[in-house]
Amino acid sequence: MTANDVLLRVENLVKYFPITQGIIIQRQIGAVHAVDGISFDIRKGETLGLVGESGCGKSTTGRTILQLYRPTSGSVIFGDVDLVKLKGEELRKMRRYMQMIFQDPYASLNPRMTVGEIVGEPLIIHHMASGKEVQERVENLLELVGLNAAFSNRYPHEFSGGQRQRIGVARALALQPNLIICDEPISALDVSIQAQVVNLLEDLQKQFGLTYLFIAHDLSMVRHICDRVAVMYLGIIVELTNQKELYNNPLHPYTQALLSAVPIPDPVVEEQRRRIILEGDVPSPVNPPSGCRFRTRCPLAYSYCAEAQPDWREVQPGHFVACHRVSDTGILDKKEVM
Amino acid sequence: MPKKLLEVQGLETLFKTREGVIHAVNGVSFAMEEGETLGIVGESGCGKSVTMLSMLRLIPSPPGEIGAGEALFHGDDLLKMTDEEIRHVRGAQISMIFQDPMTSFNPVLTIGLQVAEPLEIHQGMSRKQAMKRVVELLELVGIPNAKERVKDYPHQFSGGMRQRAMIAMALSCNPGILIADEPTTALDVTIQAQIIELVKRLRDELGMAIIWITHDLGIIAGLAKRVFVMYGGYFIEGAPVKELYRNPQHPYTIGLLGSLPRLDESQRRRLASIDGQPPVLFERPASCPFAPRCKSAIERCWKENPTLETVAPDHRTACWVDVNTGRARQ
Repeated sequence: MTANDVLLRVENLVKYFPITQGIIIQRQIGAVHAVDGISFDIRKGETLGLVGESGCGKSTTGRTILQLYRPTSGSVIFGDVDLVKLKGEELRKMRRYMQMIFQDPYASLNPRMTVGEIVGEPLIIHHMASGKEVQERVENLLELVGLNAAFSNRYPHEFSGGQRQRIGVARALALQPNLIICDEPISALDVSIQAQVVNLLEDLQKQFGLTYLFIAHDLSMVRHICDRVAVMYLGIIVELTNQKELYNNPLHPYTQALLSAVPIPDPVVEEQRRRIILEGDVPSPVNPPSGCRFRTRCPLAYSYCAEAQPDWREVQPGHFVACHRVSDTGILDKKEVM
Repeated sequence: MPKKLLEVQGLETLFKTREGVIHAVNGVSFAMEEGETLGIVGESGCGKSVTMLSMLRLIPSPPGEIGAGEALFHGDDLLKMTDEEIRHVRGAQISMIFQDPMTSFNPVLTIGLQVAEPLEIHQGMSRKQAMKRVVELLELVGIPNAKERVKDYPHQFSGGMRQRAMIAMALSCNPGILIADEPTTALDVTIQAQIIELVKRLRDELGMAIIWITHDLGIIAGLAKRVFVMYGGYFIEGAPVKELYRNPQHPYTIGLLGSLPRLDESQRRRLASIDGQPPVLFERPASCPFAPRCKSAIERCWKENPTLETVAPDHRTACWVDVNTGRARQ
């Protein structure tokens, strides 16, 4: 892999949300450690999955990359520009190249704007089209995502969830971006509609060579759509590798537990599966555990796990993991330690 | 032959709204035996929750109305009982757990008081006796430090813990049937696995029957003995769990199974999506409710709504087309 293949590089990204007290004079009394030092690359034309349970910081990561939240520290390098250092007009110009599809198709479309206005607005803001051209482009975009072009003067409430998500996709495509961040784009949809939207995203990627960061909690869907997958837990990435390796040879105990918890729609397979049931809940990101963050629920944790945060290491080509129990050659020591 | 615990016949539920009459449940029939786990699968709005709520007479009326049918529980019709009689059934002999454990608890009462309530009402326990039993119940469902936690309020519990507390409340009077209405949908997968494991353990220990409602064909695969698939207010297919997944006979069931990516699948394939939208229930269709989205629809499908017919031992489906040959069923 050469450096040219990398579209976006995230280095040591940190985002804390302050917790304040007081009405007039606000003192900061703590912070939510939403994202706590993560690094990864997104390559041109690939789909990188970001999975984890609610509250692990995956959506914050997506938004911080786009500078919708300004990071506490770290850098986000897009091409050769560090987005974190950009402001105002310069940043706005870069937004053209990165768009987002949101989770909730009911909340992410302005109910007072027609579909044509919603999809056309980015074109006007970025001076990509004007006058009659806007309408033409909007109609093309709607047809591209499988909607009738004649719908452009209807309002979002006239559409079903799946159709609204298509409108969101059309809006994201309007500026012909390189990177689209999909923040749980299908989790609000019905099962039979999910497949429609996923197939659409795959078709568009082939057609336009798009790069996706696909944020999701559904591991089976992530396996289906992604080339590489990063697993997040409580603000950090614990494992990153290609999708085949992650499912065939997961190394981090959290990844293993997560995979074993996903039900498979086949009673015969389900009968034979052995589940790793994790104890307890995810700890609060306000006060994360010392050392390894997963140690409080980890079946393999030993005393050293509380002392030092595990290093982020490449244990096999392209397979990164952060766990004290994984050897430098990529073998998980499964002996239980008291 | 084990005794029938519950027999529902031709249940119909409508909602009379200003926009028109919504036919939510259109003649649903099923039966279950003691200790059996039944799965009901369907997408949002297909009528799976309304079927259960109608059976327990929890439909707000107006606008809701049970149009027809009977629901025999131990031989007594739940739909004909007086309000007083049904109150003795609900929460005692048939209990229910809901999707969202946050909104189904009262936020201003402690968990202990709320779990104790059915014990005081149905079993005539004193507050003190009930509280003692609550601690045992919370321990049974795996809440650590239960003695202290009974004094907590719902917001002090995490989502998974609230669902555990809800299960404790539902099981407090040893019900014959536990109805679980998507109890894990709002939870993360690792917590979902905890809850499913818990329900399986309690089912084996206590021997109650379970009706598990979900949109997730994955959960049902590892949990239920028999499965019904609902679409547009109808039961469209029902079979023992292995038979349904191995040999689905309704195009909708086949579509649903094909649209799911599988974790154990190494080859990438294009997902088989079902085109179109779920039906609007403003009128009872004269055709098959799935016909507008069905790839195998024939002329008859547009003229006549198919009835549930037996196609294999204990396997019933409502479809005019034999999906194996693609031709009309005889």
